Order: sequence, then structure tokens, then C-alpha cells
Amino acid sequence: MGVYSKPVVFAVLSAIVILVGTVVTVFIPMLMPSTQPVSDYIKPYTAVELEGRDIYIREGCNNCHTQTVRPLRTEVLRYGEYSKPEEFAYDRPFLWGSRRTGPDLNRVGGKYPDSWHYKHMADPQSVSGKSNMPPYAWMAQNRLDTRYSVKKTKILDYGYTEEEVAAQIADYRAKVTSPSYKSKRARNGVTPKELRDELTEMDAVIAYLQKLGRDVKKLEAGN
Amino acid sequence: MKESNYDYQIVHGFTFSALFWLIIGLIVGLWIAIEMFNPALNLTPWLSFGRLRVVHTNGLGLGFGLAGIFAASYYILQKLTRTPLVFPGLAKVHLYLFNLIIALAALSLFAGMNTSKEYAELEWPLDIAVVVMWVIFAINVFATLIKRQEKQMYVSLWYIIAMTVTIAVLYIVNNLEVPVNFFKSYSLYAGANDANVQWWYGHNIVGFIFTVPILAMFYYFLPVSTGLPLFSHRLSIISFWSLIFAYLWTGAHHLMLTPLPEWIQTVAIAFSIFLIAPSWGSVINGYYTLRGNWEKMRSNYLVKFFIVGITFYGLQTIQGPTQGLRTLNAFFHYTDWVIGHVHMGTMGWVTMTISASFYYMIPKITGTALHSIRIANVHFWLILVGQLIWTITMWIGGIQQGAMWKATDPDGSLTYKFLDSIASLYPYYKIRFAAGIVYFVGILLFAWNLVMTVRASKNNPSTD
Repeated sequence: MGVYSKPVVFAVLSAIVILVGTVVTVFIPMLMPSTQPVSDYIKPYTAVELEGRDIYIREGCNNCHTQTVRPLRTEVLRYGEYSKPEEFAYDRPFLWGSRRTGPDLNRVGGKYPDSWHYKHMADPQSVSGKSNMPPYAWMAQNRLDTRYSVKKTKILDYGYTEEEVAAQIADYRAKVTSPSYKSKRARNGVTPKELRDELTEMDAVIAYLQKLGRDVKKLEAGN
Repeated sequence: MKESNYDYQIVHGFTFSALFWLIIGLIVGLWIAIEMFNPALNLTPWLSFGRLRVVHTNGLGLGFGLAGIFAASYYILQKLTRTPLVFPGLAKVHLYLFNLIIALAALSLFAGMNTSKEYAELEWPLDIAVVVMWVIFAINVFATLIKRQEKQMYVSLWYIIAMTVTIAVLYIVNNLEVPVNFFKSYSLYAGANDANVQWWYGHNIVGFIFTVPILAMFYYFLPVSTGLPLFSHRLSIISFWSLIFAYLWTGAHHLMLTPLPEWIQTVAIAFSIFLIAPSWGSVINGYYTLRGNWEKMRSNYLVKFFIVGITFYGLQTIQGPTQGLRTLNAFFHYTDWVIGHVHMGTMGWVTMTISASFYYMIPKITGTALHSIRIANVHFWLILVGQLIWTITMWIGGIQQGAMWKATDPDGSLTYKFLDSIASLYPYYKIRFAAGIVYFVGILLFAWNLVMTVRASKNNPSTD
């Protein structure tokens, strides 16, 4: 048996054997646009939503929350319309998750008002008594770092100019700091005085959560 | 070849690195086990579950698992080639670099520098360090194989070669990312493609770290510790090639009923079912090696680790493809059932096989008898019982949660809120924590036993 006495040949042969399945199921699908289709209805994240998404990643929220609703009757009843591939065209990385210690979040956008999220993020048990979610009150005490927002949206090819990124940040800040903001009381309740006129990490995470599953409703209406 | 020419220091170094990271990883595991029913333990951002769970999986998978694999690989490599390591200095660099990487990995994950891709969470500077470390390891593996004194390569060496090649491919492809700064990057792939690459990686990292090199240990240490020849060389050839061929097709069974194209999911189901055959090829080869000598389960304390270990591997490789079937997956996926499945493999098969391999190697390389076979036996029973209570609890909890998610009232509406399903699991989480303590005590005895063995060897330096 020649190959069992030739380590280099053996290594090359092993590499070929493992690459067959890899090429067919991973590399070829990458070249097929149908694997990750795009839709005009699905828009990229704004700079603030993207910063929120990065905080979601930093805190490992994906360890407990999935973001993919399966096409099963009870799942659609619980969360809403099942997930479509188009929704994830701007997700780098994807955040589908693998375990639901908490509920799926793919359809959470618009499900609750911002005020609910501020209270729930700061002290989950005050809203859902039996929950085992960690408290994230400290997120409202951290000023949102937007130094890399322009670079981030460029790397992800979201097609924004520097001015557009600055405007997105300024607009969202204006929204949550405005006296007429509907969730003003809840926000002030968790945000320290010196940060009430600024964007915090919690503002960004909530902006991100409110974006989830919002565009797909237009996609479904359009079809 | 004289025994003294072999580089055993590197085996020693990686063995005790493995034990160190094992204890750290289990402490983190126990901490997050409490957080699951008592969220008050999320005391600070860096102690919150989302960050700690990743420290737990990386600390044990990469810290303990990989160090154990390196220790055994360096030992098996030299023994089966009858050749000392070609570059012992490089091996030493490997050992230091490895421990530095795991320490920095733990710190960076505590700090929230995390790419989110499971078992590939490290940020890009550490990814580069891991690749450098892997190349250093591969240089020694291939240089020693090329210089070897023994013409034929035994089956354990095939598995070590397959691991060395495949992990390199997996790790590099899944970690391709565009840096934003030193601490943050974005995956090169988007959405469904990113998911597909990730679970091709995620499944095969399990295959080529928690299966392939552990099988290398099993195929080597079971025969040498019993003096019984391997049952069938031909069966080991068939098992090897069909295992490494089929494994790479199956990643998408982690993505059942997601937006990933259905054909990729279906191909993955088919190959997962096929994988039962080569997996059981190794199980049967192990069982039949003992044919006519089953009394060794009693008389040789190492045999039960190997045989019970490979039995968990056999159960694991039936359970896995079964829960990958679309209908069953719809029920079990995202529940604790899967957590139970993973831990049967890691706490059962992987840890038992590595334990016995260490118990075999350390007395050999120190020239001292094991400190206490009785402690080794207690260690065996504690980790067996701890693991069984742990995994069975999670399976029951998983079935319960899956059923609660699916339950509907006669009018078609959902019976339970999501919160009801998770709150109903807290009693199981308490049992799981208790089982974890039993297991942890077993592991402490394991470490103690090896430390005392080494200490005895220093007090009585052997003459040879």
C-alpha cells in the first residue's frame, strides 16, 4: 500500500478528499446568486443601527437569541412571517444563532415601543419577572462610539457618503433627545443626566432591534 | 531508538497546559450554569452570560482539547515513527505560543472582542497567531514523518495528518474577514453564505478536533495499553477515508429550515446518515479488539475509559444524524437537547479518551507508576455519572421546551408564552449545575493524580 508510506502524498490525497464536499456544498453555492438573493425592499442598516448590531455582537446576544423564524406553523404564530433569504443580504456576519434561551428576534422590530426596550434592557426582570436575561443597564451609561462608523459602512459597501453617515447619526440623536420623543420618560429613566443629549450604546442597540424584520414587511406586501 | 532521545518535555508541557485550561474552562462553565437559573450572577459586563459562554467553549475546546491533542500527537508521532521530533526547539515555541494565544483569547473574549461565529470568535490578530502556531506544529509533524524510521504509517498517523491539513483549510476559510481596526473586523461573506461557511467550519471543527485526533489516540493507546492488536486494518482504512470524505458535506444540518437553499440542507442530511457507517467502523474495531479479553475492562483501569468513551462516540454519531433529520430537527433544534448532545461527546468521549491517554503517557515519560489507580477509578465514575446526569437532564429539558413551543390550544392558538418555556427549565438547570460539580470533582482528582505522579518522579529520579 504505497500511500501509507508516503506522508506528503497522503496529505495531498487527504486534502483532495476533504475538498470535494467543501467545493460542492460551500464554494459553488457562493458563486450562485440564488444562495443569497438581494431585494430592493431590503435596505442596509443605518450607521446607528450598525453600531447597535456591533454591540449586539460584542455582548454575545446571539448566544441566546436566534434571528431566523422557521417555516413552521407554531413558529410563524409565535414570531411572525418566516425568514426570507433576502433579509440577510447586508448581514456580515450572519446572526442566525443556534440556541433559543431567549426568543427569536428576527421579527422583533416594531413589536414593542422603544420605552419597553429601555426598561427591559436595563432590568429584564422588571418587565418579564421569570426571565434569566442579564441586565444591561450599563449600556445606557456608555456614550456611543461613532469614530469608525464611516469606515465600517464603507467596508460593508452600504453605499453611504460621509455626509450621509453623519446625517444618520445626527438624525437619530435628534429623534431620541427631542422633547417630543414618545419614549422620553423611559429613556431618561435609564440614561444618566450627562448623556441625555447624546447617543448611548443602549440607544443604538434599540435602533438595531427596531430595524429587525421591518423591511421584509414591504417585501411581502410587494410580492 | 533510545527512549532518552525522544522529546517528552513537549508532551509533558502540553499535558499540564491541557489540565490547566480544563479546570479554568470548567469553572467558567459552572459559573454560566448558575447564571442560567440565577441571572444575578451577571455581575459585570465581562461576567455576563453572552461573553462568558464564549470563554467557556473556547477555553475547553481550544484550550483543553487542542492542548490534549498536541500532547498526544507529539507522543504518538515519535513512537509510531520511531524518530525523535526533528525540531524540538520549534515545539517549545509552539507550547509557549499556544498558551499565550489561549490566555489572550480568554482576555479578549472577556472584553467583548468577538466575531460571533461559533468556535471562531477570536478577532483577526489572534486568528493570524493561530495560523502561525498551526504551521509550526505542521512543520514538526511532516519533518518527523519524512525522517521516520518505521516504513509504514499506522492508522493514528493518518488521522493526525488529516487533522493537520483539514483544520488549516477550515480555519483560514471561515476566518477571512476585513479589519475595521485592531479589535474589530467584518466577515468576508454575507447572510446565507456566511452561515453556510460558518457551519461547514463549525461542524468540521468538531469533526477534526473532537473526532479525528481523538480517534488517533483511541487507535494507538487502546492496543498499546492492552497489548492487543487492532482487530482489523482493512476496516480502519475504510472507516478513515469514508469518514474524512463524508464529514465535509454535512455542515448544513446545523441550518435546517433556515433560509439556506434547501438542496444544501438535504445533501447534508444524506451525508449525515451515511456518516453513521464510518463512525461505527471505528466503534466496532475498538470492541472487536477486545474480543475474548473483555475481562480487561476489570483488570486494566485504562480500558474502561477507552471503551466507555468510544461507546459515547457511537451513541453521539447515531444521535447526531437522527436529530439532523428535518422533522426531528424542527422539534429539537434551538432547545437544550442539542446542548446535551454536544456534552455527551465532549464530557464523555473526548474527555474520557484524553484522560486515559494522559494516564498512559505520564507514567511512561516520567518512568514512574501512576500515583493512584484507585483515584483514577474514582475519577472515572465521577465523570461518568456527572456526565450522564448532565446530558440526560438536558435531553429531558430539551424535549419539554420543544413540546411547549409546539403546543396549541383547541382553537389553534399557542398554549405557552416563550417565557413559560424557559422558566420551566430552571429546575433542570439546577440539576445540571449539581451534575457539573460532580464532574468537576472528578476532573480535580484527575489533575491531582497526574501532578502527584510527576512529583513522585522528581523525588525518585529513575536510573535509566
